[in-house]
Amino acid sequence: MMETVTENSPAAESVVDNALESEMTLSMGPQHPSTHGVLRLDLRLDGELVLKAVPDIGYLHTGMEKLFEYKKYQQGIVITDRMDYLNPLGNNLAYVMAAEKLLDLEIPERAQVIRVLFCELQRIASHMVWLGTHGLDLGAMSPFFFCFRQREKILNLIEAASGGRMTPSYFRIGGLMMDLPAGFTERCKQFLDDFPEAMETFDTLLTGNTIWHSRTKGIGIISREDAISWGLTGPCLRGSGVDLDLRRDNPYTGYETYDFDVPVEHDCDVWARYMVRIRECYESAKIVRQALERLKPGPIKANAPKIVLPDRDDMRKHMDSLIHHFLIVAEGFNVPPGEVYHAIEASKGELGVYMKSNGGPKPERVHFRGPSFVNLSALPDMVKGEMVADVVAVIGSLDIVLGEIDR
Amino acid sequence: MADKLEFFVEELKKKNASWVQDVRVGHGETTVVVGRDDVLAVCVFLRDEHKFDMLADLCGGDLGPEEEPRFFVNYHLFSTTHHSRLRVKVLLSEDDPKVASVTPVWKTANWHERETYDFFGIIFDGHPDLRRILLPSDFDGFALRKDYPLRGYEPYSLN
Repeated sequence: MMETVTENSPAAESVVDNALESEMTLSMGPQHPSTHGVLRLDLRLDGELVLKAVPDIGYLHTGMEKLFEYKKYQQGIVITDRMDYLNPLGNNLAYVMAAEKLLDLEIPERAQVIRVLFCELQRIASHMVWLGTHGLDLGAMSPFFFCFRQREKILNLIEAASGGRMTPSYFRIGGLMMDLPAGFTERCKQFLDDFPEAMETFDTLLTGNTIWHSRTKGIGIISREDAISWGLTGPCLRGSGVDLDLRRDNPYTGYETYDFDVPVEHDCDVWARYMVRIRECYESAKIVRQALERLKPGPIKANAPKIVLPDRDDMRKHMDSLIHHFLIVAEGFNVPPGEVYHAIEASKGELGVYMKSNGGPKPERVHFRGPSFVNLSALPDMVKGEMVADVVAVIGSLDIVLGEIDR
Repeated sequence: MADKLEFFVEELKKKNASWVQDVRVGHGETTVVVGRDDVLAVCVFLRDEHKFDMLADLCGGDLGPEEEPRFFVNYHLFSTTHHSRLRVKVLLSEDDPKVASVTPVWKTANWHERETYDFFGIIFDGHPDLRRILLPSDFDGFALRKDYPLRGYEPYSLN
């Protein structure tokens, strides 16, 4: 039998009170598709409103920083591929440049240009995955397919040069694994010619889309001061109006000689971060084109036979090359004692490597400062007071990769 | 670049000579070793007076059980205005691996300090939520210490 509750009875009051004061805790993830991997969020909710969010990470922890200490310097490169698996060449670059700084190696011009070229291609590929999944999270299905088509073309280029698609390990300490294959420049130019048209598709599908505007504008706001205090870097920081790009401000591999703009937006919200990345894709394409023009024949490895593996041809003809090859593979090379922190502008922000050597063939300590790790730590501040559905939008706008966060 | 970094070291010495225990220069980078009781003051001074407004990275390290002091904590400071980097280093002994938290200075220190605690067992005094972050909460030992074996002590089970 149902008990009738009149409006003014004490029972009605308690029912109403409970309804208003009922907070609930929701565990979001770790298998939720919009958490981009294995991120788990503990959300304290009041209805649809997020009162508090606590990220729980570590599901993908594989002890990489420990592993580096047990591997020779050149063996560590393949571990870095698996951290931010959407930007492996960026990880390679940060790692090898830290080691090169300790070794004081001079990298030939051609290798530098190829490094820049591939880092920018990889940045576009990374942004394509971000754009596709970010759209998918917010209900836009079709951009995903167009984005992955573009990314596929870039992965094919990377595969042509290195043999690997997701784990290229193309940059080596002292240079590159090998030179570009024949016909690479034409294939790359073909991609660059087709790319602006693809970007226009995304503009049609998302940038001018009213639904997209209402899902992104004014959501996940983080002020300029907070963004700096939280250590946000990359597009997340530039979306909050801070004009900072390590490629321009702490230049490496000759970025200072390239002509490109640093997009900055001042809205501090999901939309601003979206616009920064979209505009960055054009800038990266610009840099790739300049790098292609600069490609001149020349050596791709530093002149340091005790550190850089010799060419196969040399090994067949020269005994000392064979000896060096054997020694590098069997015993590694000693790195002078010292410590460096090298930071590059990866697709998601500042990727820093702290490397400490004690003089042996294996590093004493390698620490990676992953941009995703730091950017995610600001999430609780960004989603406070937003709706549950907007949490998904904010996570997407941070562009996190759990492989790098958990390491 | 190096001159600029030298300037900050001089300013630190001018402000309080006892802060700077050692200065190491190499590979275009400058490291200032400070006492563990001075970290907070040094960080606040560098942030407020010299625009080191961002803590790019904070990481710990272990020099091995036979070394004394055994642990170190690096603070990699960065400025979003003059784009200089400065490393502040604190050395900690094994018996009392404790240092003041810099979370009041930079919010980003929160997760970095949790990670350092997780891997090395370094305690950050005044941290609002010093829990393990990457390893499970019931994990035994501190995995990145040099005396912790690569494969752990026994097969780790999630039960």
